[in-house]
Amino acid sequence: MEVQLQSWQNMKLAQVPHMLAGHAMPWVLAARRSAFERFAAHCFPTRREEEWKYTDVSIIGRRSSLAPDHIPPDPSSEAKLLAWTLASESLYLMVFVNGHYAPGLSMTDDLPAGVRMASLANILENGADLPESYFDPQHEHTIFAALNNAFATDGMVLDLSPGTVLKAPIYLLYIASGHGVAIYPRNIVVAGEDAQATVIEHYMGTLDAHNFTNAVTQISLSAHAEIEHCKLLQEGPAATHVAGIHAEQASDSHFISHSFALGGRLARNDITAQLLGKSCHCTMNGLYLLNERQHLDHHTRIDHLAPECISREYYRGILDGESHGVFNGKVVVHPGANKTDAHQANHNLLLSRQAEVDTKPQLEIFADDVKCTHGATVGQLDDDSLFYLRSRGIDAELARSVLIYGFTNDIIGRVNMPELRTRIEHLVLERLPQGDQIKELL
Amino acid sequence: MLTIKNLHVSIDDNGNGKEILRGINLNVKAGEVHAIMGPNASGKSTLAQVLAGREGYQVTAGSVRYLGQDLLAMTPEQRACEGIFLAFQYPVEIPGVSNALFLKTALNAMRKQHGLPELDAMDFLSLVRERMKRVGMDEALLSRAVNEGFSGGEKKRNEILQLTVLEPRLAILDETDSGLDIDALKLVADGVNDMRSPERSIVLVTHYQRLLDYIVPDVVHVLSQGCIVKSGDANLARELERHGYSRVETENTAKQVA
Ligand SMILES: Nc1ncnc2c1ncn2[C@@H]1O[C@H](COP(=O)(O)OP(=O)(O)OP(=O)(O)O)[C@@H](O)[C@H]1O
Ligand SMILES: [Mg+2]
Repeated sequence: MEVQLQSWQNMKLAQVPHMLAGHAMPWVLAARRSAFERFAAHCFPTRREEEWKYTDVSIIGRRSSLAPDHIPPDPSSEAKLLAWTLASESLYLMVFVNGHYAPGLSMTDDLPAGVRMASLANILENGADLPESYFDPQHEHTIFAALNNAFATDGMVLDLSPGTVLKAPIYLLYIASGHGVAIYPRNIVVAGEDAQATVIEHYMGTLDAHNFTNAVTQISLSAHAEIEHCKLLQEGPAATHVAGIHAEQASDSHFISHSFALGGRLARNDITAQLLGKSCHCTMNGLYLLNERQHLDHHTRIDHLAPECISREYYRGILDGESHGVFNGKVVVHPGANKTDAHQANHNLLLSRQAEVDTKPQLEIFADDVKCTHGATVGQLDDDSLFYLRSRGIDAELARSVLIYGFTNDIIGRVNMPELRTRIEHLVLERLPQGDQIKELL
Repeated sequence: MLTIKNLHVSIDDNGNGKEILRGINLNVKAGEVHAIMGPNASGKSTLAQVLAGREGYQVTAGSVRYLGQDLLAMTPEQRACEGIFLAFQYPVEIPGVSNALFLKTALNAMRKQHGLPELDAMDFLSLVRERMKRVGMDEALLSRAVNEGFSGGEKKRNEILQLTVLEPRLAILDETDSGLDIDALKLVADGVNDMRSPERSIVLVTHYQRLLDYIVPDVVHVLSQGCIVKSGDANLARELERHGYSRVETENTAKQVA
């Protein structure tokens, strides 16, 4: 279905950049306004576009408002509890409520030298030492990114000077609070040579409300830098979520992306990496656990632009109810990217007859002497395995959960930080029948 | 303990019912060890799987009673909780699930059924370590995924480990001796002999006399083409070792004709 903005909507929305952080700076305002024009000219993608073939975003277009909310309400007690728990752990915490930084809930003390971590809104309000390229249309991988450029309210800006190694992870907690709000986070990570850090983006919605999140995270890695990025999608059951995570890698850098998708009515993640320098490593892992009428779409794209780079991609999905999963993994080996070594795997478990998955590997190879492999499967829980567990006294429901847990372990096990691994494992187990029992036995 | 009467079992083979078990009668008393021998494809594993509750087989006639209950009406997990244990001829690999988690889940599920408190991590570990030593199993196999990448012998030992941890009342061992080296065979046999008691019964499916040298059975049965064609004492197994199955089978056909 075609969704176009009505002219009154258009006029109202065109005014939004005037109210956002950085509006006092002419170049920021101009960049936001032209980004909005790009969005308005194209508006929402339809299923006629190849990249959106399996994902109908018209429910986003039918929202009453796309304008970012600017007075964040108090988050739910559940969300606050999580923020307090996290604040007591050895990590750096930035909490955002409806896309606005909440310093009172955050914990950013004792950052080591060489690390600058700040709120984007603060930076924009205090004179903006952001390069203009951050609003560059060339970085708009989807039309939603143009809307994010126009409306981004806040987010994290992280600058790691060369050689900085952050041992404790950075935890970004995005809480959606209220009814029908639109949230536009924007994160920027710049890692200098040899710098290392782990960044977690956790999106949490607790209410059964159609909140809409449109997030963009840009990560740039200098030579030998290593960034592990982990996204946890735990939006509320009626929420829609569209996000882009985009990495640019210089030689010998290592980018690791994990995407765990557990909640939300409709979500789309576009995760891309450009391997610009020689001998890069790029890993993309993902797990989606869907039920009821959830729809989740992962589009990944890895561009091998330099020789001798290695990319690995492991995605798994478990689909129950009438859920629909999409995995589209594109790997492009450009001319000159000789000795590329790329592997991709996507495995899916269908737990119900109504659940559906579309998995599509796309390899495009324009270089010589490359090794590219991929594999995709769609299957059900194995009867022999189920019987084996049941024959040991484990009831059918628990046996099923044990098998599903085992299936997810291949992906969860790839997370490097043990505490993070455990947290994710618990989030997954909370979703499985009798998962609390398994949790106790681990 | 176990009474099987006139058991007929078929499977659906591409739309055609194929009868695999054709009237099995078997009576195993508490404390007894029975050996079931017989040529390949005669139905030994089918019998074992049906007793453990594997779905996909149709029982077309007959009955199975276990400790006074109708065994065939019970789910596999109920049977296990009531004390039935099947050591699989082909143990199943379960990726992503550690052997420790598997064993702990099984043991605690059964303890819960019997109203016992769950074992805590420490008690569980010391129990399993002790049992692993007994069956000569490397402790590293505890943190590996269930049977994944295990050697043939390691898989069989893993079955015996489960047997000794779960302590069933009726253990059915389907060719647990196949693929074991000589030392392992001795260890497994010792493990099984340790478990022999007046309350426990054991059914051994085997092709080899060697196992029965270590675990001397009270009764030996020969299963052929879905029927028990001959039963006898431990000497029957030795006789089979010498002459093969053909003589028994011919005898039986002669009997049927007569
Ligand atoms: N699920 C099934 N589908 C088709 N045929 C089956 C199935 N299960 C068993 N059979 C057939 O039933 C017969 C008996 O098999 P079973 O595994 O019980 O033999 P067995 O006596 O254990 O043999 P072995 O000594 O080789 O282990 C075989 O012909 C086998 O192919
Ligand atoms: Mg067999």
